[in-house]
Amino acid sequence: MNFEFKVQGGDFVRAGNASSQVKKILKQLNVDSAIIKRVVVALYEGEVNIAAHAFNGIINVEIDTERILIKLDDNGPGIPDIDLAMQPGYSTASPIVREMGFGAGMGLPNIKNNSDDFKISSVVGKGTHLEITVNLKSTKEEV
Amino acid sequence: MTVKDLVETLQLKVFSGSTGMNREVTGGYSSDLLSDVMGNAESGMVWITLQTHVNVMAIASLKELSAIILVKGFEPEENTLTQSNVEGIPILGTTLQTFEISGKLYQLLNS
Ligand SMILES: Nc1ncnc2c1ncn2[C@@H]1O[C@H](COP(=O)(O)OP(=O)(O)OP(=O)(O)O)[C@@H](O)[C@H]1O
Ligand SMILES: [Mg+2]
Repeated sequence: MNFEFKVQGGDFVRAGNASSQVKKILKQLNVDSAIIKRVVVALYEGEVNIAAHAFNGIINVEIDTERILIKLDDNGPGIPDIDLAMQPGYSTASPIVREMGFGAGMGLPNIKNNSDDFKISSVVGKGTHLEITVNLKSTKEEV
Repeated sequence: MTVKDLVETLQLKVFSGSTGMNREVTGGYSSDLLSDVMGNAESGMVWITLQTHVNVMAIASLKELSAIILVKGFEPEENTLTQSNVEGIPILGTTLQTFEISGKLYQLLNS
């Protein structure tokens, strides 16, 4: 099964839409609730990062019997130092975005903690690519 | 303890989401940082915050929180209210600040 969602940079009102749709789909498929919770956290953070840091992006969600694979591709400024961006607390969020309570620098760490496999790559001046895998028969504890 | 019990005991204002008054409250989480809540709150918790915009409801719904308490007399924005009614997740209000209402909720849930 394949689903696609579009995310617009700066559109915080609709941020969370893809996560909410995917949550509904996974519930209908009777996926274990602990796994749904992890997918939702990881996807939400990825979605909000496109809204907060990029111009626009596309999310592709692939569900099969083994795993849920989420690919997020955005057009945006990219990330110059991925190791730094992955550090809890690191954020370049604007003052306005911070006022809304975003910009704690916990989004990427949340994604990593909630996925079984996480890949991130980025080209400065072009965009960022994330691949989040959550196994359906996962044994990883919720964090 | 339900949201309704909480409203009565802590004398909270009910802004919206009153169809969710029977939701069971399992704990609380106090934070104004959205990804902190996303990463650490658990379903059934009441979220104490001063954030009033609609993303608060997105998080409450995704995390299946039982209610939101806005502190210091803050009021939810219009689309936050609407979303709270759609989800049936109550938004409550107090004039107390975060430290005070968190303390009261903690005491109530642990008594
Ligand atoms: N899609 C992206 N495009 C460009 N930069 C990004 C992207 N995602 C993350 N970043 C960079 O990595 C930093 C850390 O991201 P992370 O999600 O951990 O924190 P945040 O978004 O700043 O705050 P929070 O997620 O806690 O609200 C961001 O501040 C930004 O500089
Ligand atoms: Mg983020």
